[in-house]
Amino acid sequence: MTSLVPLPVALALLAAALNVIAVRSRATQRAISIVTLTLITIISIVVLVGVERNGTLVASLGGWRPPAGIALVADQLSASLLVIATAVLLIVLVYTIGQHARDEASPWYHPAYMALTAGVANAFLAGDLFNLFVAFELMLMASYVLLTLQGSDAQIRSGTTYVVLNIVESLLLLLAVGLIFAATGTVNMAELASRTGELPDGVRLGLNLLLLIAFGLKAAVFPLFFWLPDSYPAAPGPVTAVFAGLLTKIGVYAIIRTETIVFPGGNGTLLIVVGCVTMIIGVMGAIAQADMKRILSFHIVSQIGYMVAGVGMGTTAAIAATIFFVIHQIPIKTSLFLVEGIVEGATGTSRLDDVGGMARRSGWLAALFMLPALSLAGLPPFSGFVGKLGLVAAGVDARQWGLIAVALVGSLFTLVSMVKIWTGVFWGNVMPTPPPLGRGILRQHRIEAGATFACVGLGLAIAVGAGPLYNLCVSAAEATLDPAQYIAAVLGR
Amino acid sequence: MNATLVLLAGTLITTGIYLLQARSLIRIVFGVGLLANGINLVIIATSGRSGSPAFVDNGGVPVDVTEPLPQAFVLTAIVIGLALIAFLAALAWRSWTIDGVDEVEDDIEDRRLGRDL
Repeated sequence: MTSLVPLPVALALLAAALNVIAVRSRATQRAISIVTLTLITIISIVVLVGVERNGTLVASLGGWRPPAGIALVADQLSASLLVIATAVLLIVLVYTIGQHARDEASPWYHPAYMALTAGVANAFLAGDLFNLFVAFELMLMASYVLLTLQGSDAQIRSGTTYVVLNIVESLLLLLAVGLIFAATGTVNMAELASRTGELPDGVRLGLNLLLLIAFGLKAAVFPLFFWLPDSYPAAPGPVTAVFAGLLTKIGVYAIIRTETIVFPGGNGTLLIVVGCVTMIIGVMGAIAQADMKRILSFHIVSQIGYMVAGVGMGTTAAIAATIFFVIHQIPIKTSLFLVEGIVEGATGTSRLDDVGGMARRSGWLAALFMLPALSLAGLPPFSGFVGKLGLVAAGVDARQWGLIAVALVGSLFTLVSMVKIWTGVFWGNVMPTPPPLGRGILRQHRIEAGATFACVGLGLAIAVGAGPLYNLCVSAAEATLDPAQYIAAVLGR
Repeated sequence: MNATLVLLAGTLITTGIYLLQARSLIRIVFGVGLLANGINLVIIATSGRSGSPAFVDNGGVPVDVTEPLPQAFVLTAIVIGLALIAFLAALAWRSWTIDGVDEVEDDIEDRRLGRDL
């Protein structure tokens, strides 16, 4: 079972290499990517089941036991996030292929996409900080390529902001990792857990904040979010969907690890305040926008606020709600961007003023938008409601009344801006005037529609299976908050 | 700790951050280069005193060896830094071929919204 843990990373890297060799044949590239991603998704599910049955799985690479060697660690938190992430990556890959060579036209799309997969999987599985840094680099480098693949003016312009900001983030992370090693003599998270406590308070706080700034930039929390709404909308539709669904959440995952294992405790108030401001600023930014992609991009920021505030509360209930929130956000955010991709494919624009009456042209498409949109706003019976209810309940226990008020107001404004998209894009007169065969948008985009259905279905499945999933999140939170289990599993003590 | 290394690292990092604030992409490329190497030097400077090579056979007798891990970190970081700088330079070149400037531009949509409000 342990030998399965490195496979998601290894297979994805292998597929990236094969895709480079098969650069002349798009059919071969598609086959390689789909087969590999399906395999990786299945392996991730098997790993999750294994973790549920046997506890944390630790793979020591090259046979060197940690702390000497590099370890890949799959515990409940990382395994469950890995499953949802790979499933979404697979869905978006199918969607891209269905788009008939708009974004996939470059032969470098598939290699970059598989490298992104390897980076995402490695980020979740990394058992030491330096490996986490390498995973971030792998993921970011692939994302730079995907974001600027078409090399158009708009992509280069916003790509520059994205690349420069993320390079600064990478360098800060490298500095943090180097200084943490200098202070403690290890980068293994399990070993760090027992050593950071002995550092002088000032050094400890400084290192902790340096890590938080690096991950906060990646997660796009206030005041480090400004790059996101500028750069994501310029990417091709499906690429934005993956970035929106996954990349910022990996920043949140890293923040959870930092605050629970590497530097347990502390910073609670800071994170709660930052989280609350992020919720409000994000949603206010969304309301001001006049473009569907930009509204959705600001919502990424706003939703990150909920997760960060949850980490800040730091109780078992709060961390469990945060984990559930991350798991629910990945498919929901992705499906909203996939719907946006179909709208843009049918009308050629995503500006609210230039689109209208999509509900009249395709009722199913409107339904595909409405379900995740209501879930995002946190209305029952959708998964967003469960996540937000969990956070609010945890807030009541922790007596964080301000946080609860901000979270509820944030939800309300989320609904307002979703209604803004709804009235702008789906309601009203049909604009621009559809071509004679304007009906049946989904029939013209069969594969994309199928993939979007799958993604929305995944989001609904989370709502249906919320009971067992929430139990999983609670036990994952308990394990995360009790580093002793993690340390015992990794170091064998 | 080697004072020269620390001073050099400090100079590289401050110069790098100064250059990063420029609008010209080429200056940013140089800034990233300086910053990345400054941080590499910090890792080397804080990794302890130099000693014998890490993998040395002294017949089982412990020797005063160098910590190899920071050097491995820095090697990895140099490679990653090279790739980052190459990509940034390519972006700058592309930006220059498209519109003849290599400056980081404003968020147009943001400016437009600001004007409308």
